[in-house]
Amino acid sequence: MKITEIINILGCKVISGFDFIEDATIDAAFSSDLMSDVLTLDSSRVLLITGLCNLQAIRTAEMADIKCILFVRDKKPTEEMIALAVENDMVILQSSLSLFRVSGMLYQAGVQPVY
Amino acid sequence: MSNAITLNYHIEGSDFINAGNASSQIKKVLQQLNVDPKTIKRIVVALYEAEVNVVAHAYKGDISAEITTEDITITLDDEGPGIVDIDMAMTEGYSTASPKVREMGFGAGMGLPNIKRNVDELNIQSEVKVGTKVVMKVKLS
Repeated sequence: MKITEIINILGCKVISGFDFIEDATIDAAFSSDLMSDVLTLDSSRVLLITGLCNLQAIRTAEMADIKCILFVRDKKPTEEMIALAVENDMVILQSSLSLFRVSGMLYQAGVQPVY
Repeated sequence: MSNAITLNYHIEGSDFINAGNASSQIKKVLQQLNVDPKTIKRIVVALYEAEVNVVAHAYKGDISAEITTEDITITLDDEGPGIVDIDMAMTEGYSTASPKVREMGFGAGMGLPNIKRNVDELNIQSEVKVGTKVVMKVKLS
């Protein structure tokens, strides 16, 4: 699914990745606040949905080759987080909705789970 | 082995801002060397978990990575409390992490099992109240 479709479904904000958002797509999504769990994923082109808004969320995405992160519950990424995301060509999205609600909406719209 | 590349990094305990810097630098070098992306992911996931372990548990540590055409050997040598029971630490779900570490999204007892899953060879030596030395090797070809 295209990231632009996800933005339309959720009505979420784009924080970084404006240059490549038009072409960005994902094959599946994974919702977790536990970064070690994220690091077990073999899949590529995954959307990470998380309420964990700190530098380690971006670092984890970098190591796991995840190019798109959606922060829920209006958690605001810091300047350092955004800089690291930009350095790694990541799309960062922000939604006011909860992790459960966002996951449900995207699942209903046809986004595949990793497992 | 000729043409080996050696990279060295220092880690400070509890420095969560910089946790992952060494893993990030090593990832960039492996990308420049055109290592297969799936192999790079295995290496950096294992290394990042190990780096976070040093930040989370130790006072300070050093990372050394030696890259040859055949493999990469990464050694993480720390000064810290050591691991009392390595077998227990290798068990999924077993953790001695602080609440601060859990706030960072780690500390669920998956670090060492995650490392083991991603490397070809893993050797852990630890002395309580002295430190821990982790050596991991991944074949590149």
